[in-house]
Amino acid sequence: MRPYQEFLDSLLDSFRDLLPIILVIGFFQIGVLRQPIPDFLDILLGTAFVLIGLSLFVRGLNLGLFPIGQNMAHALARKGSVFWLLMFAFLLGFGTTVAEPALIAVAQEAAVVAAGGNIIENTPEARGNYAYGLRMSVALSVGFAIVVGVLRIIKGWPIQYLIIGGYIGIIIMTALAPKEIVGIAYDSGGVTTSTITVPLVTALGVGLASSIKGRNPMTDGFGLIAFASLTPMIFVMAYGMLVG
Amino acid sequence: MTILSGLLQTFLQTILDVLPIAAIIFGFQFLVLRRSIPHLKQVLLGFFYVLIGLAFFLDGLEMALFPIGKLMASQLTDPAFITGSGDSLVTQQELDWWDYRWVYLFAFCIGFSTTIAEPSLLAVAIKANQVSANAISVWGLRIAVAFGVAIGISLGSYRIVTGTPLHWYIIAGYILVVIQTFFAPKTIIALAYDSGGVTTSTVTVPLVAALGLGLASTIPGRDPLIDGFGLIAFASLFPMLTVMAYAQISEWRARRA
Repeated sequence: MRPYQEFLDSLLDSFRDLLPIILVIGFFQIGVLRQPIPDFLDILLGTAFVLIGLSLFVRGLNLGLFPIGQNMAHALARKGSVFWLLMFAFLLGFGTTVAEPALIAVAQEAAVVAAGGNIIENTPEARGNYAYGLRMSVALSVGFAIVVGVLRIIKGWPIQYLIIGGYIGIIIMTALAPKEIVGIAYDSGGVTTSTITVPLVTALGVGLASSIKGRNPMTDGFGLIAFASLTPMIFVMAYGMLVG
Repeated sequence: MTILSGLLQTFLQTILDVLPIAAIIFGFQFLVLRRSIPHLKQVLLGFFYVLIGLAFFLDGLEMALFPIGKLMASQLTDPAFITGSGDSLVTQQELDWWDYRWVYLFAFCIGFSTTIAEPSLLAVAIKANQVSANAISVWGLRIAVAFGVAIGISLGSYRIVTGTPLHWYIIAGYILVVIQTFFAPKTIIALAYDSGGVTTSTVTVPLVAALGLGLASTIPGRDPLIDGFGLIAFASLFPMLTVMAYAQISEWRARRA
């Protein structure tokens, strides 16, 4: 009986996670817009799907994603080769970002903006090339970010100086980049990190910090995601300056 | 049948998204580390759960939340609703920022509630709870982040309504982050910086994007292509401030107790 009990508990947890959305939608639909809820059955079924999905995801997180991220971190740290560790960091950042659906969508929108602002020709081919280039530069920037972040964990650099340096870079780039690209560049920082990347990268950081002597998993282990959402802004603005 | 085929399609898409990650992990495991994965069965089962879970999750969102959420975003930003007259030809120039008050409230609420349901934030909160030996509670962190996103998105909507340049807000936010960094407890800083990036993911982005697009395309003088962006940036900036504030408040309360 125990597995069922566990799953029921986690379904209940997921329901609590979802309750705020249900309340907000209900309040605005009935209280403010004064309209009935459309397609009630679909919404009910969809909500049930979300609940099941969230419960399974959390279960898989603890069984699969967290352990493998941590194991890789320990194994790579034991191997003692900085080169392979950084290589792994780069590939993980690049590989998880390049196929990210949210990024593909943003890159396509950015190409439309660029065409509208006469930065590139308004042909499907030119837009496709632009979107592809943008995607590659974001993926490269995330790979680069994870490498810098891992290097920081190895060396024990305090995170704030690196982040502040990144902010200064963003402000300088904002002044130089074409103004059409700025909004997209700022947004691209937020969209790059997907639901599968985040747990893996977090487990990698925490695993590394706990297997390297003198590092604290709390102060040194976190921070990889922060880099990964900072560098895309700089790279996208740089791309906007170079192309067109 | 359409429900099943939709689910299957989402599942296949999720597998495609995971393929590069799996290739990197297993490639390294076998070619570089040259050792087998401990608890391989359990790990594979975990991956399978994650895939199935995400497929259900995304498909459910697509069925339940996104249609109604996007519809609401467009209805709330519709001038006919804003003026309360049902007449969308009312001269829109006469609207001032306060007429959009329901939009700010909606932005706040939807930012807060979608963040609570965000799976990647949940993952980071679970990890932070484990690493800090329960010093950081899962719910405490999630609520702090959710407040940050809520404030960020409502301020971002205000920015679209008033048409002030995005970069001044962001630069001011950065300056606040830097100042607060010097006062916040050292242990929270890296986690606070991380919480900026994890908040905006599967649940939040599509709804927030719809809100931004709705606002920018109905307000005269705004270009949806330029002004519609930027909400995500707000949503990833403000959680850093609220998470550091959360740690400062906990520390202060611990000291008083």
